Amino acid sequence: MAHITASVYTSHVPAVGAALDLGKTTETYWQPVFAGYDFSKQWLKEQKPDVIFLVFNDHATAFSLDMIPTFAIGTAAEFNPADEGWGPRPVPKVIGHPKLAAHIAQSVIQDDFDLTIVNKMDVDHGLTVPLSVMCGQPQAWPCPVIPFAVNVVQYPVPSGRRCFMLGQAIRRAIESYDEPLNVQIWGTGGMSHQLQGPRAGLINKEFDKMFLDRLIDDPDGLSKVPHLDYVREAGSEGIELVMWLIARGAMSDIDGGKKPTVRHRFYHVPASNTAVGHLILENN
Amino acid sequence: MSLDKPYQDIPGTTIFDADMSRQGYHLNQFCMSLMKAENRARFKADERAYLDEWPMTEDQKQAVLARDLNRCIALGGNIYFLAKIGATDGKSFQQMAGSMTGMSEDAYREMMVKGGRSVEGNRYIGEKK
Repeated sequence: MAHITASVYTSHVPAVGAALDLGKTTETYWQPVFAGYDFSKQWLKEQKPDVIFLVFNDHATAFSLDMIPTFAIGTAAEFNPADEGWGPRPVPKVIGHPKLAAHIAQSVIQDDFDLTIVNKMDVDHGLTVPLSVMCGQPQAWPCPVIPFAVNVVQYPVPSGRRCFMLGQAIRRAIESYDEPLNVQIWGTGGMSHQLQGPRAGLINKEFDKMFLDRLIDDPDGLSKVPHLDYVREAGSEGIELVMWLIARGAMSDIDGGKKPTVRHRFYHVPASNTAVGHLILENN
Repeated sequence: MSLDKPYQDIPGTTIFDADMSRQGYHLNQFCMSLMKAENRARFKADERAYLDEWPMTEDQKQAVLARDLNRCIALGGNIYFLAKIGATDGKSFQQMAGSMTGMSEDAYREMMVKGGRSVEGNRYIGEKK
């Protein structure tokens, strides 16, 4: 049987990808950001996951306003890094896991979550920056990745509660897959930030700390926080944090298992316009 | 019955909801077209002519020509789409975000380095700091 062994949470700031691609990681501004992932890179090498189920959001890249799926699972064999207007990032192509992705799609839809199935999709910084901060600059990503895109661009985005329950359905799907795979689930985006309007630049360290604390110890309660609180307290783009609740919902303690172990926690302000948060939880 | 929009009392913030998306559809799809290198080149060569290929309102076209991102957002633009204009101009996301705040680029960057804009006084329109 496949098992979810750990969940990883991280911001996916595009400027972090650019800093890496342009060789700026040792600059005074960026060094503290990348230092926050030193442990994580080593940890990932030791964990050797077979598949990463990566929850992210598309930033008007694969999905224009022509189609706005709320939840979309990438079932393709491979996904190319997208040209977001600056040219594609110089990172490896993302290899998918069509067999497991198809299994998850069928299981989760039968579990009442109506996913959009995507057989062709370029992936933007929302997906590639988390891989970069966790893996550095390898020739190939360490394992297949199943991209799972969540609409956080057009309001209303799915509620934290819906995301948390979806995570539980994803766990049931993965754990009903026959091959003995070591699967990690990553939730990305956030933390507090606002990219638009006169309130741009908003950061709320207290909210972010509360979010990290409750994600660890009170995810069920946290999942009931309404949209409006994210927008008001963590900025209009801070709403991306609902995606972390998908990964958290997939941990075994939510279904009666033991509490996960916190292997790593990191927080830093700023990276460009954004508060960077990062957490690793291991299932027990 | 009209929809409840409790997010309209947040200062300096426009929520890109279904109404805004409807108004901004062509503006945002124009932005989307700038993801192709050949379209970026055509836009740069003659911005007005390129904009005239799109069924956008004159106000939307003027806002794009002026690179007035706040105006673009008021007319239905979404920041992730508008970012394609910034990319075409060679602007970073920080430069784009800062341009909407009335601050200089340096002052905005400095504010971020010092921990960003505080939420205190910025939760509700009319709130006292």
